[in-house]
Amino acid sequence: MIASLRMFYTSVGRKLVMALTGLFLCVFLLEHLYGNLQLYKMDGGKAFNEYGDFLVGNIIIRTVEFALFGGILLHALDGLYLTWRNRQARPVRYAVNRQAKNSTWFSRNMGLTGSIILVFLVVHLRTFFVTHRFLGADTSMAHDVAEAFQSNIYAALYVVAMMLLGAHLNHGFQSAFQTIGWNNKKYAQPLRTAGTLFALLVTIGFASFPIVFYFDLFGVASNILQSSY
Amino acid sequence: MSDSINLKLKIWRQRNHKEAGHFEMYDMPGVSTHMSFLEMMDVLNDRLIREGKDPVAFDHDCREGICGMCSMYINGRAHGPLKGTTTCQLHMRHFSDGETVTIEPWRAAAFPVIKDLVVDRTSFDKIIAAGGYISVNTGNATDANSLPVEKAKSDEAFDAAACIGCGACVATCKNASGMLFLSAKVSHLALLPQGEPERRERVLRMIDAHDESGLGACTNTGACEAECPKEISISHIARLNREYLRAGMTGE
Repeated sequence: MIASLRMFYTSVGRKLVMALTGLFLCVFLLEHLYGNLQLYKMDGGKAFNEYGDFLVGNIIIRTVEFALFGGILLHALDGLYLTWRNRQARPVRYAVNRQAKNSTWFSRNMGLTGSIILVFLVVHLRTFFVTHRFLGADTSMAHDVAEAFQSNIYAALYVVAMMLLGAHLNHGFQSAFQTIGWNNKKYAQPLRTAGTLFALLVTIGFASFPIVFYFDLFGVASNILQSSY
Repeated sequence: MSDSINLKLKIWRQRNHKEAGHFEMYDMPGVSTHMSFLEMMDVLNDRLIREGKDPVAFDHDCREGICGMCSMYINGRAHGPLKGTTTCQLHMRHFSDGETVTIEPWRAAAFPVIKDLVVDRTSFDKIIAAGGYISVNTGNATDANSLPVEKAKSDEAFDAAACIGCGACVATCKNASGMLFLSAKVSHLALLPQGEPERRERVLRMIDAHDESGLGACTNTGACEAECPKEISISHIARLNREYLRAGMTGE
């Protein structure tokens, strides 16, 4: 067991941790998006609240939740460590470095986009998760979402954060497959395309909520705010 | 088009790895566009020696693109602006009249500067020594056809074996990671039956040697592949990762 854990401490092993936790978090994003889509059912937030209650009441989901927070923590800490270590590997920087000629902005700024997403995540968890799970809110989750996005600053923060998440995934998704070894010359381009499509799906999907709620498009926000749920 | 151009060279000068370096400017009038980049450096050094100044130290050997000795970070690119080219194969016709050309050494903690543009690439030798070999009995060479190798695999192994160990991958990588070099060596031997006996130990030991030398971790930016003078594909890094997983998940 000790010998097998040791394999996660080398530079390649630490990348494996990034890839495996990253892919796990990608699966979570899809689940989260599915849950959020319940807000569009025009039923006063009933389906969304019920889905939330189902998650909280399910023992399996509650167990996976530990893995989720563990995964986020590992991904963030390992990512910060690798970013620090990789900077140590070049103590004197180049005076002239034309990196745009050989790599994408997305691939070179994973530490930056990741760090901002981490800060966003703290704000996001504090607003919704902590309030409902630990502080005991007297309003429903759907109601809180609709209300939070009435603030232009809050709605804008979410849109920007989701664009950065998309930037992170645009490189991260295909990079994870490369790291776990599921890549070759034939797969490389399809994987990059799949990564970009996944990033677009996540960004457009999640960013739609603050936009729809802020502008009350299709009356979604008023439908929830005026309901008794 | 004129056969000669006037250039300004901004060159990194550093006496040794202990002293801090700095840039110095040199005027280079009338550079023939038929010269290679290293020949232009020779002309500059010839002049510096005549003037009683210290010539610019730079690495070079075969000057035909196969030894991997020449380096130089030219205008922000490893081995200069051309794709799939070493500095010795880069010609002055790719520069324009009046241009300022910035020349820096490979910059990485694992590649300390020895002098000016010369860096110590012993880290690569240590990685090779850790596992870049096969065990063969002494005596007569066995018959070439006694070990069948699939054509596709032998081609892929040959592509990896094209690595000349110049260090452009490390130099260009934002993390100064040696993963393309390391993967070329591991991939080359993992594809061939001759590499089979040491297959598991090789990848583990070579990665340890890589990490111990202070080279960074790979973040799959693909910059190495774009700048490699031998155009070695990062698909070899994917194979290295597979080899590592295979070795890590199987016992001694």
